Amino acid sequence: MTNAEGPAGLTSSAAGGTPKVKVVTSGVTLRRRVLDLSENRELLASLIRTEIKVKYKNSILGILWTMVAPAITLAIYWVVFGLLLKNGIPDFVIYLASGLLVWTFFANSIVMATAVIVARAGIVKKVSFPREILSIATVGSQSVYLLLQWVVLALFMVVLGHSPDWVALPLVPVAFFTVLLYAVAFGVLLSAVNVYFRDTQHLIEIFIQAWFWLTPIVYSFWHNVHGHGAAVLSWIYLANPMTPVVLAFQRALYGRPIITNTETKVPEQILPPWHLTSFYGLLGLSIIGGFVLLGIAIRVFSRLEGNFAEEL
Amino acid sequence: MTELAVDVQGVTKRFRLFKEKHRSVKERILHPGRVEFHEVWALRDVAFSVPKGSTFGILGHNGSGKSTLLKTICGVLQPTHGQVVVRGKLAALLELGAGFEPELSGRDNVYLNGAMLGLKKSEIDAVFDDIVAFSELEEFIDTQVKFYSSGMYIRLGFAVAVNVDPEILVIDEVLAVGDERFQRKCLDRVREFQEQGRTIIFVSQSPEQVRMLCESVVVLHHGEMIFHGEPSEGIRIFRERLNEMGEHHVGAATDETLDASPAPPVQAPASILSVRAGDPATFGAVATGGPAAISVTLQSSLAYDEASVLVEIISPLGISLARLDSAELGHPVVIQPGTTVLTMTIPHLPLLDGHHQVNVGVSARGEHPLYLWQEQAAAFEITYAGKAEGLVALEATVTATAN
Repeated sequence: MTNAEGPAGLTSSAAGGTPKVKVVTSGVTLRRRVLDLSENRELLASLIRTEIKVKYKNSILGILWTMVAPAITLAIYWVVFGLLLKNGIPDFVIYLASGLLVWTFFANSIVMATAVIVARAGIVKKVSFPREILSIATVGSQSVYLLLQWVVLALFMVVLGHSPDWVALPLVPVAFFTVLLYAVAFGVLLSAVNVYFRDTQHLIEIFIQAWFWLTPIVYSFWHNVHGHGAAVLSWIYLANPMTPVVLAFQRALYGRPIITNTETKVPEQILPPWHLTSFYGLLGLSIIGGFVLLGIAIRVFSRLEGNFAEEL
Repeated sequence: MTELAVDVQGVTKRFRLFKEKHRSVKERILHPGRVEFHEVWALRDVAFSVPKGSTFGILGHNGSGKSTLLKTICGVLQPTHGQVVVRGKLAALLELGAGFEPELSGRDNVYLNGAMLGLKKSEIDAVFDDIVAFSELEEFIDTQVKFYSSGMYIRLGFAVAVNVDPEILVIDEVLAVGDERFQRKCLDRVREFQEQGRTIIFVSQSPEQVRMLCESVVVLHHGEMIFHGEPSEGIRIFRERLNEMGEHHVGAATDETLDASPAPPVQAPASILSVRAGDPATFGAVATGGPAAISVTLQSSLAYDEASVLVEIISPLGISLARLDSAELGHPVVIQPGTTVLTMTIPHLPLLDGHHQVNVGVSARGEHPLYLWQEQAAAFEITYAGKAEGLVALEATVTATAN
């Protein structure tokens, strides 16, 4: 069985250079874990592709469903809020979609990432790799869907003749990074916890719903919350990391802090009248908080990971 | 000093087995103090090292901790204490197949699996055809893996593991699956790896495979490493432990004697008092090819002119290897009233090693017919120093004739 190319193949790997050293132990530093994660970028990409492929396997429209579904939803909202239940906010569907799409991304990412380790037990039990990649890949595939949904939103804006605030548009990548950070942090943390407490995946759905209503997506932060008068309420709202994110999206995409109510013809301040730097500042604080949370999440994950193969 | 491929340093793994799985928050809240569990030490301070380029075996009965050890080496489980240092790319086949995604095609799974082993897409492209050829799944490579048979599944898993150019290959029991031809192919590939100086860690419940392939072994018993060294010695210790564990079921099977006589029925004219099996002189272990004897001590109240002794030899796996009847062999025996020792001697026992059981019987016709039969009446050990596989050692000559 031995042949010429056999040993040649060997020199290419086994004898060539210093082999990769891997230490299996319970005490892994945060730095080491982050390095492991960055070494596995290729795997992350592969997992994201896999997830999208599996989701739309055997469906004719495939990934187009990601765009069809929100297109129909937006059309319904346009009919409901634009024609039937007029609330006086012009192009309300754009206002709604700027916050709603990113929220849906956030909510789906967390809910699905929470269940992912349990759902992919087959792989977790058999192969060694930094398992938080599974949670991150879930967030990654949701990001792909979000990008496609933004295309739909852009089309809507063109059709309705609603231009974004071009000057405020650089808020979008910063806000997206912020929400990505929190989605990954919560996803990693909860996916590990869910292995031990399976209730987590059910609890999180309820929790996310409450969180949705505590974030100014379907109503106006400035008009309905700040306008209430209690300053402390505004501060509580801004402590919610999703508030600056949603506000930034609304500021950039809806882009009109003051509107004229179409019903009462009275001008209304629906978005905060702040300078753009305040938006960046708030996002910056959220990002700092997000990194701290992510650090904690990876730490907890690596503690709990040791027994995944047995608990599943 | 030789370079080490895998260095297992004082690895201990503790599991907590909960009496009842208090997994949900509700139960945690309702019964905060009632989380009863007992600790299971799956591994206790296991330490050994595998030199680079060697083939290493791990032996142990079910529940001895060998799967846990293997998972720790692969990094699927983390040890409670201690650490494992792995130098080089490690590909593993744990239990049945690698981690495949059932919804994906074989092709996509190969890429996913490759990525998990740390390969770039271009690297997988380069070996993809080899993987498919080795697995012999050309027709099915674009079929979703969920439609694969378990044989196909394992074939693909093995094909990926051996074609991604691993420096260390870890194989858990997998050579026991698949059809014989594919098993042979896998073994050939394992041998090829050995010749190329790659490191192989091999877990099997089949001592034959371990002896054939491995240069050294560890034997695990209840999570502790009880032996580390030569395969033949390791196999002997492994079998010894296996037999000790079997005692509760068998009765009292020690290597030499077995006083196995349930109270004889009152009307029976004779009864077997004891049975011994093994080396004709000592009734100890027998070497393959050497003489063996089975000796039955019989207590009889009557005389029989033409009785016969029956001996059946059972392999370690429970296969009946031979059934000998002294009457049919042309050696009727005479039984006198009182105690008679009937001995059947086999001059050259060609059986391969292991713990063999013996069933014995004594029968005689006449006015008071006699039919005694005792299952697992005795047991003896066969030792073997050679490399042959199977159940028997056969002598053979080989010629090459040009046509």
